[in-house]
Amino acid sequence: MKYVKLIVCMMMLSFMGMPAMAASEEGGKLNTSEIVVEHIKDSYAWHVTTIGDRAIVIDLPVIVRSSTGWHIFSTARFAEESDVKGYRMGPDNLAIATQGDNAGKIVELQNGVEVRPFDISITKTVAVMMINVVVLLCCILIPARWYRRHKASDPAPGGFTGFIELIIDYVEENIIKPGIGNGYEKYSPYLLTCFFFILTNNLMGIIPFPPGGGNVTGNITITFFLALCTFIVTQVSGTKHYWKDIFWPDVPLPLKVFPLIPLIEFVSIFTKPFALMIRLFANMMAGHAIALSLTCIIFVVAAIGGATFLGMSAISVVMSIFMMCLELLVCFIQAMVFTMLSSIFIGLARAKAE
Amino acid sequence: MISTLLLAVAADGIAKFGAAIGAGISAVGAGIGIGRIGGQAMDAMARQPEVMNKLFTNMIVAAALIEGVALFAVVVAFLCI
Repeated sequence: MKYVKLIVCMMMLSFMGMPAMAASEEGGKLNTSEIVVEHIKDSYAWHVTTIGDRAIVIDLPVIVRSSTGWHIFSTARFAEESDVKGYRMGPDNLAIATQGDNAGKIVELQNGVEVRPFDISITKTVAVMMINVVVLLCCILIPARWYRRHKASDPAPGGFTGFIELIIDYVEENIIKPGIGNGYEKYSPYLLTCFFFILTNNLMGIIPFPPGGGNVTGNITITFFLALCTFIVTQVSGTKHYWKDIFWPDVPLPLKVFPLIPLIEFVSIFTKPFALMIRLFANMMAGHAIALSLTCIIFVVAAIGGATFLGMSAISVVMSIFMMCLELLVCFIQAMVFTMLSSIFIGLARAKAE
Repeated sequence: MISTLLLAVAADGIAKFGAAIGAGISAVGAGIGIGRIGGQAMDAMARQPEVMNKLFTNMIVAAALIEGVALFAVVVAFLCI
């Protein structure tokens, strides 16, 4: 029993040799940037792995409204390979285009012309987001039951509930309260949801195997929506003093008549959430890209073989471990920075005249 | 005329070259900025060890904001590849 830790350690170390087995014989140059982009991009089927010849793919539903009405079917009904014209044919005149403007998307072929139908399919990002939402709801609602069953004067909870309370208390005391000031309770639900949603999606994204491993926050549409929510909450809670400060600020007359400062202030209303969006998106996408690139090193040096192969594989594993630890830190930091900046923007919008 | 033909053929290569240089320069910028923040945070922590936690938190926040700007450049570089 006392050697359990040692045995588990040795087993984990032995996995270091696994990447060497995974690198299969491949003719031709390995296109690493294509591999990296393919893992980060959204797709209609969830490609888990390829064991030998068989690709293990989770086929997700396609929900499309084309000119012939609603169609709901599985991606398995699209052809594996693209035909002569570069389309992976499917039922009802629908196909996945592999080149051109709509590459990678479902198009309807009306007499050879590509038309994008109304597409609300469950793609990989959506499916992973739904899984992460279920995880998040479990992590929050199950501890919330404790608070309904106990009184305020009971001793503090331990275990998982205590852990969640620790995080929520930290976010509330150090991020929400200083940013918004008094009256912060109204905004706590939104900001805590923001924080935990981003944190859960970030953390599940760095787990390399399903049900994790989907790139949700590294998708610009998701971060766009989060920034949009912050933008809406900020503007809705703007006081008259806030709007006055933007359009008729307290600066010398020549600067506000033009209107130079009001224009700059008006543009900054939009650039601040824009920066939030890009910061989160780029950090997460870059993290995924780095992790994937370090893993691709193994496949690139597999062709060389010999001592270089073993050495570079070992280096790649060590660097991957280091980058994963850094990624873990970045996940927390990005969630915290997004929430902190959102709370600061909301606090600034609620500023009253001194 | 030959040079324009050559340029048209090499356009794809030039795009990747530009993207790589841009990402590299933005990494230098981020390194300098975050290095300065870290250095001054170290100085302040050595002077006043009792506020070490607050300084650490604020240092991390400032570093994340600088990194955001550097990653703007990375995103633009990605678009060029």
